[in-house]
Amino acid sequence: MRLYLKFVVMHLQSQMQYKVSFFLMTLGQFLVSFTALLGVWFMFTRFNEVEGFSFQEVLLCLATMLMAFSLAELFGRGFDHFPRIISNGELDRMLVRPRPLVPQVLVSLIEFSRLGRLVQAVLVFCYVIPASNIHWTYDKVITLCLMVICGSIVFFCLFLIYAAFSFFTIEGLEFMNIFTDGGREFGRYPYSIYGRDVLRFFTYIIPLALFQYYPLLYLLGRETSIFFMLMPLLALPFAIPAFAFWRYGLSKYKSTGS
Amino acid sequence: MIQLEGINKTFRVARRKSGFGRAVKALFSREYEIIHALKDVSFTIGEGEMVGYIGPNGAGKSTTIKIMCGILTPSSGVCKINGRTPWRDRIDHARDIGVVFGQRSQLWWDVPVCDSFDLIRDIYKVDARQYKRNLQELVALLGLEEILKTPTRTLSLGQRMRCELAASLLHSPKILFLDEPTIGLDAVSKIAVRQFIKKLNSQRGTTVILTTHDMQDIEALTERILLIGKGRILMDGSLEELKKRSSQRKTIIFEYMGPEPTLSTGMTSVEVRPGRLVVALEPDSCSVSAAIAHISKQVEVKDISVSGISSEEMVAGLYREYDI
Repeated sequence: MRLYLKFVVMHLQSQMQYKVSFFLMTLGQFLVSFTALLGVWFMFTRFNEVEGFSFQEVLLCLATMLMAFSLAELFGRGFDHFPRIISNGELDRMLVRPRPLVPQVLVSLIEFSRLGRLVQAVLVFCYVIPASNIHWTYDKVITLCLMVICGSIVFFCLFLIYAAFSFFTIEGLEFMNIFTDGGREFGRYPYSIYGRDVLRFFTYIIPLALFQYYPLLYLLGRETSIFFMLMPLLALPFAIPAFAFWRYGLSKYKSTGS
Repeated sequence: MIQLEGINKTFRVARRKSGFGRAVKALFSREYEIIHALKDVSFTIGEGEMVGYIGPNGAGKSTTIKIMCGILTPSSGVCKINGRTPWRDRIDHARDIGVVFGQRSQLWWDVPVCDSFDLIRDIYKVDARQYKRNLQELVALLGLEEILKTPTRTLSLGQRMRCELAASLLHSPKILFLDEPTIGLDAVSKIAVRQFIKKLNSQRGTTVILTTHDMQDIEALTERILLIGKGRILMDGSLEELKKRSSQRKTIIFEYMGPEPTLSTGMTSVEVRPGRLVVALEPDSCSVSAAIAHISKQVEVKDISVSGISSEEMVAGLYREYDI
């Protein structure tokens, strides 16, 4: 952990060497996700509700998704970068270090400009938590925390799977973005509005709805069963196949010539 | 200490012919080609040995090294290093070895060298006293004093290679793998690196395994040579044995005064000019001393130089002999 902090400081120092670039990137990240917010807002200037969800309720959903994603991205950015780690031989270097591989990949790239997205998520929360007409009891606060934490773990696992795919092929990885970026963009609205099949897919195959849709119902008081509150925890076993796939990929690693 | 037995490694590589049509076709059905990078490779290396691992490009040198480092998993075979299988006990194994890839850096690009060293200390959990002692020793031996505070990206190749060596030795590894450590270095840096490796082997007793294309590295450093070609170990022996096996042809250059001398049996002239004669000797029919005696009887010899076959030529000959 101390070592992780050291790496964080090192990345911070080297990124601060290029100040202007750093601030522009942060601003850019902020604006990119801001368009998502605008999209929702425009939608609601025309319609008062979407499938029974009000503007504030959708915003709550959006903020959760954004927060979970940006947290996962802040830590797991190294995975996004992973195909390059393989192709420039950096992975060889990591494999001869006496440390577990996943943390090494994580510290290989930490981009602080991604904080732009996180800041936005926090801002949206600041607006929506008081504005949402939800009576914030302890159980609801816990539910929201669970949603964010479990959500970032699920995104993290998706990044891991993305990285593991690059052991087999460097090309054609874009389709994974359907689940990461796509999941995030879809996730601005509760998954139920896309219909039953989409909801099923995001429940049983890629468990994004488990931390977004079902606990949201609990937050809004539409479901009162404690089962819905604890739903995000059910998404956690997703880490098992993700990690297994990663291990399998590693054993097939071919290295690059030198 | 290091034991490899029957190591095989095969890669499946997608093959695609050039051209757009083929590329489209390859999207749907791919032809695969099985490449046997290593075939039944076995050898043992004892503690404190210094071994040169040679072979032409693509022979499987790097693959073997990567298996021994725990980077690659072989398709079959047994590899035990200090009683561990590298790719299974990767983390414990990594603590015992140091690796330098000549063409890849292990230092962090944007930070000063000493900061990189500090990070390596933390990664390997080297204790403070040992680290300090090692660092002092390495800095002195490799002359790093002045470049410690410089960011890696501004170092010259020679300086960087010395830092790489230091970085790979901070945790006092028992085995050091060097993959082309002198590639692209100037003469002075090459000699410095060689001397350092030699000293390391004799003083600390570190086992060194090095791959190189530079035969002078081999001559200066190693007693034992492993020759690999097309994925097989072809020869395992000393440089001397290797020299004996290859042809013993010698050439002598005479600088002389007087008329052009005649040659005896077993001597063939390579170059004749007034005052200069280059002859090649057949080892069976004419010895060096006989040749010198024969010529100096006829003319006044000012200067003589005798040269054997160079190690580069010898290795090229070997490659030809094995058809690799």
